[in-house]
Formats: sequence, C-alpha cells, structure tokens
Amino acid sequence: MEYILQPWPWYVSGPCIAIIMFLLLYFGRTFGMSSNLRTLCAIGGAGKRVEFFKFDWKSQRWNLVVVLGAIVGGFIAHHYLSHPTNIDLSQNTIEDLKMFGFENAGQSLLPPELFSWDAVLSIKGLSILIVGGLLVGFGTRYAGGCTSGHAITGLSSLQRPSLIAVIGFFIGGLIMIHFIYPILF
Amino acid sequence: MGKYIKFFLVGIFFGIVLVKSEAVSWYRIFEMFKFQSFHMYGIIGTAVITGIILLILSKQLKVKTINGNYLKVPLKARGLARYILGGIIFGLGWALCGACPGPMYILVGTGVFSIIIVIAAALLGTYFYGILRDKLPH
Repeated sequence: MEYILQPWPWYVSGPCIAIIMFLLLYFGRTFGMSSNLRTLCAIGGAGKRVEFFKFDWKSQRWNLVVVLGAIVGGFIAHHYLSHPTNIDLSQNTIEDLKMFGFENAGQSLLPPELFSWDAVLSIKGLSILIVGGLLVGFGTRYAGGCTSGHAITGLSSLQRPSLIAVIGFFIGGLIMIHFIYPILF
Repeated sequence: MGKYIKFFLVGIFFGIVLVKSEAVSWYRIFEMFKFQSFHMYGIIGTAVITGIILLILSKQLKVKTINGNYLKVPLKARGLARYILGGIIFGLGWALCGACPGPMYILVGTGVFSIIIVIAAALLGTYFYGILRDKLPH
C-alpha cells in the first residue's frame, strides 16, 4: 500500500499508459482524448451550423465513458491513493518559478497563482486559462490529436505525422515557457 | 450498458495513473519544458517503448481485437502543415495552462473546478477550428 500512496516513478507510469493504449486497441478503439472535445461540440448541436461536427457522435460514446472513468479515477487517486500530495520538483524549477512569482511550487497539484478562485477572478488569471484552453482545443483538432493520440499512440505505431506533431508540441511549449512566460510573469 | 463498463474501468485506471505519475500537474509540464527533470521524459519515453513492443508483439502473435479483427492502429492522414502548425498551437496552450485534454478531465475529479474554464475554452477552440477548417492549410 505504501508504494501505491507514494508518487509512482516514471518507469511504472509510462508502461501503465502504454497498457491503457493497448487495451483500447484490443477493444477495437483508439486512445485519443482530444476527440472528445469534437464529440461534445457535436452533442451541443454544432453540427447544425458547421459541417465538421456533422457526424455520428453516438459512435463516440465509448470515449466519453473513458472520460467519465478518468474523472472518477482522478477523484479516487487524489483523495484516497495520494499521501503526500506534493510534487517533488527539481530545485531549479522551484527557484525559476519563484522568480516568476510562484511561491511554494510543488506543495499542491496545481499552482494557486493560476487555479485558485482568487486568481481565476482576476483579468490576467482568467485570460491565461481561457487563452490556454482555446489554443489546446484549436491546436489538437488541427493537428488531429494530442498527447494520447500522437505522442503515445502515434509514436508507438511509428507514424511520421505523429512525430511531426510531437515536434510541434515541443516547439510550441518551448516558445511559451522560454519566451512568453518571462513577458507574462 | 454492459459494453461500456470496460471503457469506464480503463478510464478509472487512466485517471489514477495520470494523477499518481503527476503528469496532471502544471508544475511537471513547466519542469519538462525547462528540461529540469527527467520525470516526464521518462513517462513518455517508457510509454512509447512499451507501446512499440506491445504493437510489434501483437502483430507477430496475430492478436485479434474483441471484434475479431487483427489489432492495428489506424493510420494518420499524410500531411505536414496541419501537424506542425496544429502541434505548435497545441504546445503553446499545453505549456500555458499546463494541461492537455486527458488531464483536463482528470483534474475535475481531483477537485480543481477552475479547470472547467479551460475545458470550456477548449470546446470553443475546437469549435473555431471546425469553422475555419476549410481555410487552413492541411
């Protein structure tokens, strides 16, 4: 039990993620989380106005069930299987974050500087979450997948488009952290 | 209902793994893009290596899915612009809010309800893509 309560090392977590991908393939589906965003748009009636959302979303219900399970899994893991819940970040990261005004980095799952209600209710905090979400939603659909679809499934099946997409993910991420964060924080 | 149970269970396992691996943490994403820890690279790297092995083995052993077809991964369409441009746009967002689409949902379960704003914005972003799709290079 002690091993489960501690954070799981990367060499346990990574193979577990591969098993999840494999199980979904075994069930005749594929691992892809961002597709659910398109499905939810279709359920919301976006298909009436935009061709891209005109598809049989009912065939995607299984993936929404995965999402539902993931939410429950998140609840179980955080409330019953995590002790402690702090993140053992590298010292350099903690210091870099301090320079950006993030105190106590790693003491919680997410920084209160961005996700607490106080932060969310500020113009800057709200804008960061909204712009971030918009970019994720737009980018994943444009690229045809996210970390699960491209980085895990696509790279595991040695597909060139996924390699290009993952390179793109990193170009975007590095630009954000190294060039845009110093302006924002 | 019965046929959905297995997907629900896979989802629960996925949620648990991503929380326990700390991949849902904004801090870990920041640290990854700063190259200050091997942790996230270890997770993605071992996931991909294990995935490659599992897929090669299932091809060798002619593993069939529960539907009776040979297990294989659908191929992504050919292209360059959509993957590099879409990838960069996603990467910018991933680093900004520290959450990709899987963790977004999982974080709701951990009780971080402000992440719902990110999910709502992601839905809107997906909708904008749907509108602009024909005008974008793919």
